[in-house]
Amino acid sequence: MTGGDIWSVLLVLAPTLGALVALQGGGWAIRIGLALGAAVSALGSVALWVSVAQEGVLRYALGGWGAPLGIELRIDGFSVAMLAMTALVGGAVSLYSTGYFRDLLPQSSDEVPHGERGARYFAPLWLLLWGALNGVYLSGDLFNLYVTLEVMGLAAAAVVTLAVTSEATVAGMRYLMVSLVGSMLFLLGVALLYANYGVLALESLQAAGPSGGLPVLALALMTVGLAAKTALFPLHGWLPSAHAVAPAPGSAILSALVVKGSFYIVVRLWVDLYGGGSRGGVVFLGVMGGAAVLWGSLMCLRQVSLKRLIAYSTVAQLGYLFVMFPLLFPAGGVANTDAWAGGIYHALSHAVAKSAMFLAAGSMTVAVAKDAIPAISGTAHRLPMSFLAFGLGGLGLAGIPPSGGFIAKWLLLRSAVETGQWLWAVLLAVGGLLTVAYVLMVLRYALERTEPSEGFQPVPRRMEWAALGLALISVLLGTRAVEVIALIQLGGPGG
Amino acid sequence: MTSALLGWEALPLAVVLTSFVPGVGIMFLREEQRALRTTFNLTGAVAKVILVGFMLRGVALGFTYEWHFEVLPGLELSLVGDALALLFVSLSAGLWLVTTLYAIGYLEGSPNRTRFFSFFSLCVTATTGLAMAGDLFTFVLFYEALTWTTYPLVVHRGSEAAIAAGRRYLIYTLTAGAVLVVGAVWFHVEVGTVSFTAGGVVDAAAADADPGRYLLLFGLLLAGMGVKAALFPVHGWLPVAMAAPAPVSALLHAVAVVKAGAFGVVRLLHSLFGIEVAGTLGASGVVAALAGFTIVYGSVRALGQDDLKRLLAFSTVSQLSYIALGVAILTPMAQAGGLVHLVHQGIMKITLFFCAGVLAETLEVKKVSEMGGVARRMPITMLAFSVAALGMIGLPPLPGFLSKLYLGIGALEAGAGWVVPVLLASSLLNAAYFLPVIRTAYLDDRTTSWVDQGRDGWLEADWRLILPVVSTAVFVLLVGLLGGLSWSPLGWVQLIVAREVL
Repeated sequence: MTGGDIWSVLLVLAPTLGALVALQGGGWAIRIGLALGAAVSALGSVALWVSVAQEGVLRYALGGWGAPLGIELRIDGFSVAMLAMTALVGGAVSLYSTGYFRDLLPQSSDEVPHGERGARYFAPLWLLLWGALNGVYLSGDLFNLYVTLEVMGLAAAAVVTLAVTSEATVAGMRYLMVSLVGSMLFLLGVALLYANYGVLALESLQAAGPSGGLPVLALALMTVGLAAKTALFPLHGWLPSAHAVAPAPGSAILSALVVKGSFYIVVRLWVDLYGGGSRGGVVFLGVMGGAAVLWGSLMCLRQVSLKRLIAYSTVAQLGYLFVMFPLLFPAGGVANTDAWAGGIYHALSHAVAKSAMFLAAGSMTVAVAKDAIPAISGTAHRLPMSFLAFGLGGLGLAGIPPSGGFIAKWLLLRSAVETGQWLWAVLLAVGGLLTVAYVLMVLRYALERTEPSEGFQPVPRRMEWAALGLALISVLLGTRAVEVIALIQLGGPGG
Repeated sequence: MTSALLGWEALPLAVVLTSFVPGVGIMFLREEQRALRTTFNLTGAVAKVILVGFMLRGVALGFTYEWHFEVLPGLELSLVGDALALLFVSLSAGLWLVTTLYAIGYLEGSPNRTRFFSFFSLCVTATTGLAMAGDLFTFVLFYEALTWTTYPLVVHRGSEAAIAAGRRYLIYTLTAGAVLVVGAVWFHVEVGTVSFTAGGVVDAAAADADPGRYLLLFGLLLAGMGVKAALFPVHGWLPVAMAAPAPVSALLHAVAVVKAGAFGVVRLLHSLFGIEVAGTLGASGVVAALAGFTIVYGSVRALGQDDLKRLLAFSTVSQLSYIALGVAILTPMAQAGGLVHLVHQGIMKITLFFCAGVLAETLEVKKVSEMGGVARRMPITMLAFSVAALGMIGLPPLPGFLSKLYLGIGALEAGAGWVVPVLLASSLLNAAYFLPVIRTAYLDDRTTSWVDQGRDGWLEADWRLILPVVSTAVFVLLVGLLGGLSWSPLGWVQLIVAREVL
């Protein structure tokens, strides 16, 4: 024992407690709540990283109650990587949000209508969400996963509706509906498995080796439900408006973290529980992912709203995560470790790069009080740090070195070549180019030389630093991947 | 031979950092902090030249400087200062110093200089990094970084033409980058290593067993390198990119971008496939044919261009292919001729672009047809221009002559007789497009009204513009005259050929 069990509990408890503190209102309560959540998440991730590195996969039965009755935690390298990613992005978003809501919005214009409601409820909701996300990554059984997933979905939908516009209400309601239906489908699948095997712990189910009619039906139901929550093409319709209307720090959380929560469960199901399912199944997931890459990128090119563009880019980037499956489980072969490392590394890099972009875009749109892409014309000179953050984040998404995205692309490409799946290699190359095209569409305007327009509002420094910090981490992920890849491989397939 | 010099292994990294640190530092300066910015710029540039000087001496004595950093399991960021790398690094470092001075004078008073100088330094960082890349992975990393750090420079003016040029530049180079990455990954899986090794790493037997596959692999990598090297038919971005300010053109045409592509072709033939394997595959034949055609094609397109910078751009397309042509021919003489042209073309072309910039900046003369009588107003500039242009044509004893001589003899030794008519045709065409420019400047009367920005004291223009022009022109003369010495570019290239090829 290295105290990993204590840290696991704290990782869920502290953000939730922070939410309660933040609910007391007032700037200090919010800051204390956020600091509590951020500090414990950061320390907890490091502590678990050390424990996992020393002891391998960790299993804790809380309160001494083991499966099938109690709450079981199971933590491997993949879990820790996701926890650390959440802590990192979450910390930066928290810092940013204190500037975004406190200093700016009371006097901001109609175009950024988050106002008082955002200032008051963003922090509690986000901390609740944070606790739930940590819970997802720690859970060792399906029922826990369901509960944490549900809390996550509810809190996320509430973040969308923080803006007091009818558009936000509609987008938020739609998201809530999708999210609830998704959870229902997931729960249905869980029930089917329980009926068949009488256990819910992931490892017990894995040992049972689910196969045959009902378990496969269960997998299908759960996958569809989770795919809807992850906005996998063609179930992505809700995402662009939901992610675009949320306040900037909320958009960052939704695009970078929340969709990864449900993706994480998809991975647990397909990789751990079902051991790759069938080749037909993984190819189907890959084809949907590939379609998402192409469709999402093409839609990006047609956007006029900056935040909608970034939101569509999330649709595209999530596609790569599903392209991982056919590469990971090639026809008749063993699991390809490069695909695993590349896919998960992409999930991490995307979280960092995408949140940097949303935060930077938030600063730029607040500064010019407009969300149209041409309106940010000339912001490169006035908000150079935000511009740089946006640019570096965008390059990271496109897989341009040095960036985590490049490492991920290199690994995924290598797995495609190793397993002779050339079509996926072509898709990866084309997807990267499309990404460049839409990132450039924005940078082009920002680089344009224009006279300062009326009503340019300076933004607090810490907002710019938060975005730039994340963007720099996206770059650093591209210069040193050894440790993180070792972590991802810990307990992973083929490892 | 590996270095046993304790503590000096990191010298290649230090050379990269001498431009990276100023690049990042400048980014955080305010526009009006001029003195500090200039200090950053010049300190970095001078430090780089000094460090490269150290390495040159070490390598001449037989040491190799290596620095490694593990990025992925089994893949490293590796910087190696060997003879071939230093050929390119010393060119970049030297020309960066003069170009920095030139750019400071050229952009005086114009907006966004902070951004400009920041990316300018980063661009050189990427160039030195890829010059010293010890393997294909590192090369790709810096090659892609070079694309992006150059983009803000190409669109620097923010005008319609500049944005369009930037767009074209990115479409070409990024597509090439994507192809290169796929090729590099494939190479890694196929061959098992991406390390740059003299003589190549491709197994001759494996290549023999499946030549089609290896030829395709070679083709992918060549396509990736060829775009930056402006090989026909993927040269289209280069003439358009002249919308950029003159110091950027210098960077594109002499110091960084096209050189990176040409150097990539060299690495591909020398250090990955090995010239023997490439020869048996027929790959070097493909490169030689493409390069030979590009040499003539570029020269023909340069004929009759009225826009001076456009003329120079097509001339680059042509001249650059000398390098690829030389390294694709399997004799030491041709190899030396190709490699040395990397330096020769760089010095001559930068002089020409500097001169074009001086004319545009001082008199707003941008077209050949406006140059009537310009030599009387700007004698120093036009003298420098003439020296470089005659060098390009290949007048002995100027550098272009040496390159062509070695290439020609090497080709004859290899039995590739067709190269000689190509070289002759190229020289004639060079004369046909350069001599009229010189004639107009010296002999014609002034036909248009210049917008004269005035002299700088007794000098014909700002000293920060004239000093670089004069120094590179003097270099052109020296490099040609002293070609026989062992520490001239030609001498150094013979050292490379002796160490790597034979």
